[in-house]
Amino acid sequence: MASWLNDLSAQFKLNFIDKDRWRLLLNGLGNTLLISLFAVLIGILIAVVVALVRTTWSNNASRMRPGFRKGLLHFFDRLCGLYITVIRGTPTVIQLMIMYYIVFASSSDGVMIAIVAFGINSGAYVAEIIRGGILSIEKGQMEAGRSLGLNYAQTMLYIIAPQVLKNVLPALANEFIVLIKETSIAGYVAVPDLTYAGNRIRGITYSAFMPLIAVALIYLVIVLVLTRLVGILERRLRQSDGRTS
Amino acid sequence: MTAGLHNTNRSGEPGEVLIRVEHLKKHFGSLEVLRDVSQEIRRGQKVVLLGPSGSGKTTFLRCLNLLEEPTGGKIYFEGQDITAPHVNIDALRSKMCMVFQQFNLFPHLTIRKNITLAPVKLKLQSREEAEANCEKLLKRVGLYDKIDAYPRQLSGGQQQRIAIVRAMAMNPDVMLFDEPTSALDPEMVGEVLSVMEQLALDGMTMVVVTHEIGFAREVADHVVFMDGGVIVEQGTAAEVLDRPQMQRTQDFLRKVLK
Ligand SMILES: Nc1ncnc2c1ncn2[C@@H]1O[C@H](COP(=O)(O)OP(=O)(O)OP(=O)(O)O)[C@@H](O)[C@H]1O
Ligand SMILES: [Mg+2]
Repeated sequence: MASWLNDLSAQFKLNFIDKDRWRLLLNGLGNTLLISLFAVLIGILIAVVVALVRTTWSNNASRMRPGFRKGLLHFFDRLCGLYITVIRGTPTVIQLMIMYYIVFASSSDGVMIAIVAFGINSGAYVAEIIRGGILSIEKGQMEAGRSLGLNYAQTMLYIIAPQVLKNVLPALANEFIVLIKETSIAGYVAVPDLTYAGNRIRGITYSAFMPLIAVALIYLVIVLVLTRLVGILERRLRQSDGRTS
Repeated sequence: MTAGLHNTNRSGEPGEVLIRVEHLKKHFGSLEVLRDVSQEIRRGQKVVLLGPSGSGKTTFLRCLNLLEEPTGGKIYFEGQDITAPHVNIDALRSKMCMVFQQFNLFPHLTIRKNITLAPVKLKLQSREEAEANCEKLLKRVGLYDKIDAYPRQLSGGQQQRIAIVRAMAMNPDVMLFDEPTSALDPEMVGEVLSVMEQLALDGMTMVVVTHEIGFAREVADHVVFMDGGVIVEQGTAAEVLDRPQMQRTQDFLRKVLK
C-alpha cells in the first residue's frame, strides 16, 4: 500500500513537477479555452447571419415580387444551405486540416487558424439552433409587430430577437461546452491545446496514466462547472419575464 | 358619464368613407376563400362581421391591413389604393390596428413596454407622451396596477384588454377585431366586450368579427353576414339579426342563438 502511494507521488512529480511540466498543461488549457471562446463567438456571428437569411427567405419568398432583391436573397439562402450541408457532412478534423494546410498554408499561427476553423464549424450548428429558435416563436408575434406598423427588420429586432436570444442562450452556452471538448483535435495541426500538452508530457516521460487521466479530469471539471452555470442561467432567464418555476 | 376612452381629435369628418373594398378576391392555391367582396366602411361606423367557420371573415380582415395579400380587387384606405405596388404598408398599418383572437402580447416585455414600444419606435409619440398616454389608458380599463407586470402574469381577459389598449395607443383611424373573445373563458368575455363598447361610444371606427350576437345588437350599426367567401346579406343589426331574408343567414343565426 505504502509503496503504491510512493509510486504514485513519484509519478506525479515526474509528470507535473519536474521541469515545471504543469506549465505545459496550464498553457494548453489556456489555448483550449481561448480557441473555444473565440470560436463560439465567431460561430454565433456567422450563425445569426445565416439564420436571418434563411428565415427571411422562408418567411417572405412567397409574397416577394420577382426581381433583383428576391434573386439575391434566394442566392444567399442557397449559399447558406450549402455551407451547412458541407460543414455538417464532413469531419471537423478534415476541415481543420484544410484550413491549416491549404487555406492558411502561408500562416503559422495555429491558434488563430484553429479559432477560424472551429468558428466556421460551430457556425453551421449554431445557425440551426438559432433558426430553430426563430421558428419556435409563434407566428402571431411577427403579425402583432407588423400590425402595429413596425417593419420586418424592426419586428425582428425588438420583438423576435430578444425572445429568440432568451430561448437559445442556454444552447449557445452549451455549444461553448461542446467546443471545449471538440477542440481536443487541435493537436492534429500542432496547436498546443490541453490534450496536446498531456500527450506531449506522455511522450517525454513515457508514462501514459498520469498525464492522460489528469487531462481528462481537467476537461471533466470544467465541463461540470460550466454546465452548472448554464443551469443557473436558465433559471434566471425563466424568472426574468414573470415565469415562476 | 364615462370618460372618453379615445381622444377624438382625429382628422376627417364622421361619415366619410374610410375604407372602400372593391371586388376583393383571395385564394390560397386552388382554394378560393374570398370571391368578389365589396364593402364600404365609413368613419365612426361599427361593422360586425358574422359567418360560419371557414367563411373567410378572418381572411377579409387580414386583407384590410394587408397581412394577407389580396389576389384580386382593390382596397382604398383614406382614398389611397393600398393594393397598388410600392405602398408604404407599415405607415398604413399604424393607422389600422388589429386585435387578435390569441392576444399576441409580447411576452418578454412589461405591459408598459408592450403598449409604448410601437408609438415610440415609430416616432409617432415621444417617450414621455407615450408613457403618459399608456398610463391614462390603463387607468381607464382598470389595469393600471399591472403596468410593470409581464403578460404571463395576467388572465386571458386582462391580456386581451391590454392588447386593445396597445392598439388604441397608436391613435389608429380604425381598429380591426378578429374574434377577440373566442379564446377567453366565459367569465372573462364581459370585461373585454365592455372595453370595446366604451371604445365604440367614443366614436372609434371598428370592424369586428365575432360570434357575440348580443354585442352585435348593442353596438353594430352595420352587420355583414358572410358565407363561402361572399357577402350573403347585410344591413342594420335589426335587419340582419331579427329579420334575416336569406336562408343561409337564418340557418346560421338559429345555430348561434341556440
Ligand atoms: N394561410 C392560409 N393558407 C391556406 N388556407 C388558408 C389560410 N388561411 C385561411 N385558409 C383557409 O381559408 C378559409 C377561410 O379561412 P378564414 O380563417 O378566413 O375563415 P373564418 O371565417 O375566419 O373562420 P373561423 O370562424 O373558423 O375563424 C378556410 O378554409 C381556411 O382553411
Ligand atoms: Mg377566423
